Amino acid sequence: MALDDPFILAGKTYRSRLITGSGKYRSFEETRRATDAAGAEIVTVAVRRVNITDPGKENLLDHLPLDKFTILPNTAGCYTADDAVRTCRLAREAGVGTLVKLEVIGDEKTLFPDVTATIEAAKILVKDGFQVLPYVTDDPVACKKLEDIGCAAVMPLAAPIGSGLGIRNPYNLRIIIEQSHVPVIVDAGVGTASHAAEAMELGCDAILMNTAIAGAKDPILMAQAMRGAVEAGRWAFLAGRIPAKLYATASSPLDGLIR
Amino acid sequence: MMQVTVQVTVNDEPKRLPAGATVADLVATLALGPRRVAVEVNREIVTRATYAATVLHDGDTIEIIHFVGGG
Repeated sequence: MALDDPFILAGKTYRSRLITGSGKYRSFEETRRATDAAGAEIVTVAVRRVNITDPGKENLLDHLPLDKFTILPNTAGCYTADDAVRTCRLAREAGVGTLVKLEVIGDEKTLFPDVTATIEAAKILVKDGFQVLPYVTDDPVACKKLEDIGCAAVMPLAAPIGSGLGIRNPYNLRIIIEQSHVPVIVDAGVGTASHAAEAMELGCDAILMNTAIAGAKDPILMAQAMRGAVEAGRWAFLAGRIPAKLYATASSPLDGLIR
Repeated sequence: MMQVTVQVTVNDEPKRLPAGATVADLVATLALGPRRVAVEVNREIVTRATYAATVLHDGDTIEIIHFVGGG
């Protein structure tokens, strides 16, 4: 692919516009194979307690080395701004950098974000030197506020985390894309390749997904499908699609028909 | 009389350490290998450079985190 179309996030240049999660895989080995099949260069991870009675021989980062991947710690499971900030600071201390995926959950059933708490945490983290990628509702006003605070991107959801419903509000996403001066990364809700292509066709800068790949019957094949879909959607967006209209326009010339 | 051990809580589990044990000693006993971890004592982050100088006291609450799969 000769098209020069780098994805720039927090001052770093990437070739891939597909960010993958590392959750729900059967093994670290499968995590790595799916990540490679997706062509992902940025991978999310969660921050959790070490099991002190049985720490285990292997660790996730043995399979996702920092010289090959940008590791993006998340604040999954945090329900308050305080917990999210604390989690980010621990992640930074563990030595994977200052890029964080901020999520402050507001509801257990939908896992929709608590937007006020997300904004509160984002303010503290930006001031503290983090490059913050906030998971947020597909709400243009919330996205604008997060951008104004100094977040490095905004990450509106397509649908609830892990739901696989696809893009529930393409019109809001279009507004967010149009107004944003930072990358717009669709985070959560994608279920299959067409959803990923659709998000990219709308003009999103990148997509973050986990369950859609890890939960597929064949995660490696789905990772490959998502890679293709993200690329195809991106190229279609750049190419500029034809306008949709109700009636036909012939593709073949009308002149020179046999009589 | 000098206290011989201290009782601390690590990730919600009780742990008894020799008196004077530091964060560096604790991390060493857990055999975590070369993995990336971060440590909090009583909700304050202890930086790697100060592990050896941070002595643990009776009743300290310690959190040790690492990275696991997540989305």
